[in-house]
Amino acid sequence: MNFDHTDDRRMLADTLVRALRDGYPIDTRNAGAYSDVGYDPAVWQQLTELGIVSALFDEAAGGFGGSGFDIMVVFEALGRALVVEPFLGALMAGRALAAAGGHDETLAGIVSGETIAAFAQEDGATPVTATKSGDGWTLSGTKAVVAQAGAASVFVVVIEQDEPLVFLVPADTAGVSVRSYNVVEGGGAGDVTFDGVTLGADARVGGEGQGQAIVDAAVGAGLLALSAEAVGAMEFVKEATLGYLRDRKQFGVPIGKFQALQHRMATVLLEIEQAQSAVINAASAFDGDDAKARARALAAAKYTIGRTGALVAEESIQLHGGIGMTWEYAVSHYAKRLVMIDHQLGDEDHHLQRYIALG
Amino acid sequence: MDLSFTPEEESFRDEVRSFFRDKLPARLSTLVREGKRLRKADMEEWHAILNERGWLANHWPGQWGGPGWSVIQRFIFDNESALAHAPRVVPFGVNMLGPVLIKYGSEEQKKHWLPRILDGSDWWCQGYSEPGAGSDLAGLKTTAVRNGDVYVVNGQKTWTTLGQHADMIFCLVRTDATAKKQEGISFLLIDMKSPGIEVRPITLIDGEQEVNEVFFTDVEVPVANLVGEENMGWTYAKYLLTYERTNIAGVGFSIASFERLKEVAQSQKKGGRALADDPLFAARMARVEIDLANMQTTNLRVLAAVAGGGAPGAESSMLKIKGTEIRQEITALTRRAYGSYAAPYIPEALEAGWNGEDVGPEDAAMAAPSYFNNRKLSIFGGSNEIQKNIISKAILGL
Repeated sequence: MNFDHTDDRRMLADTLVRALRDGYPIDTRNAGAYSDVGYDPAVWQQLTELGIVSALFDEAAGGFGGSGFDIMVVFEALGRALVVEPFLGALMAGRALAAAGGHDETLAGIVSGETIAAFAQEDGATPVTATKSGDGWTLSGTKAVVAQAGAASVFVVVIEQDEPLVFLVPADTAGVSVRSYNVVEGGGAGDVTFDGVTLGADARVGGEGQGQAIVDAAVGAGLLALSAEAVGAMEFVKEATLGYLRDRKQFGVPIGKFQALQHRMATVLLEIEQAQSAVINAASAFDGDDAKARARALAAAKYTIGRTGALVAEESIQLHGGIGMTWEYAVSHYAKRLVMIDHQLGDEDHHLQRYIALG
Repeated sequence: MDLSFTPEEESFRDEVRSFFRDKLPARLSTLVREGKRLRKADMEEWHAILNERGWLANHWPGQWGGPGWSVIQRFIFDNESALAHAPRVVPFGVNMLGPVLIKYGSEEQKKHWLPRILDGSDWWCQGYSEPGAGSDLAGLKTTAVRNGDVYVVNGQKTWTTLGQHADMIFCLVRTDATAKKQEGISFLLIDMKSPGIEVRPITLIDGEQEVNEVFFTDVEVPVANLVGEENMGWTYAKYLLTYERTNIAGVGFSIASFERLKEVAQSQKKGGRALADDPLFAARMARVEIDLANMQTTNLRVLAAVAGGGAPGAESSMLKIKGTEIRQEITALTRRAYGSYAAPYIPEALEAGWNGEDVGPEDAAMAAPSYFNNRKLSIFGGSNEIQKNIISKAILGL
């Protein structure tokens, strides 16, 4: 048994952690995160030049990594720095295209970082439907809260039905409109409306009978990425809170000397360790042959980080007191991310039920 | 044992209800129900309506304009107020300073300041916490040095809620640096327009500017604005804090927000059915509903025990802890209920008077900011950890 990462993977993680530590302080992060577009294109360019997106794909897809553990180390590092640049969209849209085959040019653009992509699955009030028209398709309806929708130049759109249909839709296609906004914790998202959007047959991603496998590939990677991101954010929050417990004095002593707070911090620590293990389990199962074991491990990880994320967020604010409630202090933004990550790709209840159903 | 209200209390409740029905402007109750941020004018409008009826300062003695209610009547009023989605009474003048002046102020101070609290001439804020004095409030460092007819005040207060609107601030200041820390504190009333005062807003986690830092540089305060005796301020401060906690369980707020949650859980769908019918979500709701029903009775039991008069002592710490946990859980469930649509951050939508197009379900934009904002409940007014210390000491005798 060996819980060490390979040398290559450790170097990748170290490079990314160092680049973010030096070049992505919280003020830089927040300036991008709460801007109209919801991220900083210059930061995105720097990070993609380091090959961070390529690390999320295997060689067949034009990358140099792509295993579960690659996704894990990259997103843990991104989470630790609270990165809002559009990596999740690249991963999910790219993995969908890679699983399907075809659309090589778009995939190459995503892997290099030149093309910003978003993955649109959850429906808004009017679900998106696809109807056959001639050789092609017509899309109508709205996709809800699509991460980084405003920045994306292409959408991978999932039409939810028994056998999902998947389409690649350039953002500038006639009839596509985006209402973009920031999300609570910073970063961009948007509702994407398709108003009788006409697509050629070549817009279809994958063929008959492939839809579910494509969605599973994309969503599975997304679940692993979000879970790893959460653990990275938890690690930052844990260190910041520990630092505060050591530095902040009340009643003449550091507040970390109070046993009531020590025990709560100890609980935070062990729950984060459990969450880390859940992500390791999921990353390991991600590359395995057993589809059901993979799906269960991913559901278990997302459930665990949903529950633990809220715990770590709430405890870190409480242990800080008022200062943890302020916009100026980095922990508040991490706490928001840790809570709101449970609102992406299904919450802890959803994944608990999924885990049971897969059992 | 009989859990029902007496016929007199029942008819009092009817009277209160019809007051809210007739006098509470729909515009205000809509804002409160939707969780929007009220403007200063909204709060002042409601104060004036309550004051006209003589119900603004409902725990003050009749001599100073109070209605002479029992604690049970006050509980009924507070409950009905929350259920009617009335704006909350801004507590700093009415609930905090008022009782201190009535008990410890001079006749002149009472005659001057109390009517001005009622008619809205002065908006008060609270100068207690400092950067280095939070849970350890007695560690405060802001100084007041007597110089002829004035005190000269230097230092900094923080977490000053709604201080941006305030005309006056009541402050704990250190007047004797050599005494034991609780014994060198005085209670001063300071005009916010005095030269040397600077107010800087603090933006909170949800983007709201609700609290402030207040800086004092050589601020001159007339000696006449000292409440009670010099160096006796800690006694007054503690008395004030028990009043701050009287309604801290917030049962009425919880009942009102739980009703909202039930509506949201009916309208939100999960897997083709109402979220309220999802077994896991239904269990979450049931747990908090049971907690709330239990809390209501705990609250009444505490009030009944102190019905002879005065404010509850250490028991109010129990109410604060459990009451805030319940309120926080309801906001967490409301956030959870909106799913993806809790995520969009539409700051304009939080303000009164916004008429833009919603993103997702109506009111979804308020859910996450309200959840994050309400994390403050377990921190302010004496953190829940401090309340547990009080229980350990005063009730458990440990």
